[in-house]
Amino acid sequence: MSLTDILIQQLVNGLVLGSFYALVALGYTMIFGVIKLLNFAHGDIYMVGAFVGFGALSLVSGTIGAGWMGIFVAMFVAMIAVGFLGVVIEQVAYRPMLSAPRLSILITALAVSLVLQNAALALTDGQVTAFRTDLGFGGVSLGAVFVNYTQIVLVASAIVLMIGLELFVSRTMYGKAMRAVSLDKDMCRLMGINVQRVIAVTFFAGSALAAAAGVMAGVQYGRIWYFMGFLIGLKAFTAAVIGGIGSITGAMLGGLILGLLEAFATQIPHIGGEWKDVFTFGVLILVLVFKPTGLLGKSEVERM
Amino acid sequence: MATNKVTTRPAPGAIERLYAAFDDPRRRWALYAVIIALLLLAPPVVGRYGTVILTNALLYVILALGLNVVVGFAGLLDLGYAAFFAVGAYTTGILTQQFGFNFWLTIPFALCAAAIAGVIIGGPTLRLRSDYLAIVTLGFGEIVRIGARNLEITGQASGLTGIPSPSVFGYTLTGPTTYYYIFAALAVLAVIAAQRLLHSRLGRAWLYVRHDEDAAEAMGINRVRVKLAAYITGAVFGAIGGVFFAANLGAISPQSFSFQQSVLVLMAVILGGMGKIPGVILGAFIVILGPELLRDIGSLRLLVFAVILLLIMLFRPSGIWPGRRS
Repeated sequence: MSLTDILIQQLVNGLVLGSFYALVALGYTMIFGVIKLLNFAHGDIYMVGAFVGFGALSLVSGTIGAGWMGIFVAMFVAMIAVGFLGVVIEQVAYRPMLSAPRLSILITALAVSLVLQNAALALTDGQVTAFRTDLGFGGVSLGAVFVNYTQIVLVASAIVLMIGLELFVSRTMYGKAMRAVSLDKDMCRLMGINVQRVIAVTFFAGSALAAAAGVMAGVQYGRIWYFMGFLIGLKAFTAAVIGGIGSITGAMLGGLILGLLEAFATQIPHIGGEWKDVFTFGVLILVLVFKPTGLLGKSEVERM
Repeated sequence: MATNKVTTRPAPGAIERLYAAFDDPRRRWALYAVIIALLLLAPPVVGRYGTVILTNALLYVILALGLNVVVGFAGLLDLGYAAFFAVGAYTTGILTQQFGFNFWLTIPFALCAAAIAGVIIGGPTLRLRSDYLAIVTLGFGEIVRIGARNLEITGQASGLTGIPSPSVFGYTLTGPTTYYYIFAALAVLAVIAAQRLLHSRLGRAWLYVRHDEDAAEAMGINRVRVKLAAYITGAVFGAIGGVFFAANLGAISPQSFSFQQSVLVLMAVILGGMGKIPGVILGAFIVILGPELLRDIGSLRLLVFAVILLLIMLFRPSGIWPGRRS
């Protein structure tokens, strides 16, 4: 393989990885926008999405097969179900804590993450579940680089979801309300916006996107397990910070940048393989230290 | 369980009175005597297996007291505390096994290494918002674990084995009972140290910064320096735990320093009551002995534990035995 081929190959890998990161990062950034909470459980929502999608796919594969048709049905089911799970988590765990000290709500989020993880651990016995699909191995060749159709469709679906979210946030009433709530919650309440409902809608949307990413990851990597959300949760957070937390476009951009960075980093000696996670966290720490507002975030003045 | 929580909630008075009885200075010395006697007499009563479990619980008392300085006193969420524990254990492991150091000589090195690690992680990040800090510490914990897994000097995934047992005056320290007493002594020292710190000038500065950072700064407290001091203190407690952990097992591997380990220590702090020393000790015993008692329900025990943590945060956010000041 020539250098160009390697670069193109890593570009493709980076785009696939980056679109997963972007979808998960969107939820982080939206939830952070409305309630200023770093939702530690978000990576585990992604994991639950993968398992719900797996269950749905097993149910429908008898009738419509486990091809793209079945996968999209499963993804839709997972998005709706996990979206509601997100709303339930918000109502049960976070709503009573909104006025509590920040440390308490962070620990509550951590506890929710542990509950989801250990529930999945208990249900699956800690085993890796094979995520089987009927997708073929066809694809297109770009020189010496072979790009799978699966990768193309996954990136395209991620883009469609992101465009959908962008339209939702910029064109609909709830989208407008969401932006307003992230600016000033109290003023929204005075203006007659049902803030609680806006928060619930935000959790629904963020969780649904994470679930979609979970199903996509199942399709792409062919296996799912209870701990799969931990690392991607951390990385998607990194992506959200790179893009500027609270900024929706920033999260998409940050996800893609992180995906590409990681893909190219695997080609650098001593960083590839096992060290690539260290590389990611290193990037996170550097961004937080030198530009905590990220690429597109607005600087926030902490008021007394 | 949920109903149980709800029914005990309307009557906190009784629980509070019980705690107050323990807090009473007149009873304090009697209480200390009872605790020391229980610590001394436990090994023959609980047997060999019980002694090993209790040793582990005492290790967690040390770790939880250290993390309590960071989380409970200074109010900084640290999700990578196992990293400091790892720094202590690996420093001792590497120096004794590969450089032929005497065990006791490694302790100052381990403490310095932990303090440096505390400065490295704390220095650039302590100016960040609290939730950013939480995730950075998590990332740092992972970096240390991945580093230990991949570096030649730390023995990679299989870790270090054959760490020699330390000796005192020609007597080699081996066996579960010996280590039980060592950890009991360390835990008592850790309690005294934590108590002294809490009532020191620095301890009051921590509480102030946790309570109101801006007001504390306005009163002339250098908040970054004070927070850094909390980090370093926590790191030193963790490293001491790690040093003796390595000596006790004679072998260490990266699995002992995972994120789950950090969470377990954090749970001890939160379950017991952030900032409250007796509460944190209680919490450490609960997180170690609880799973042992729940062994019958197998893989569900972690789930039960996670649910309990969630319920505690929702219904008793300041822990089982909360501090009066919070």
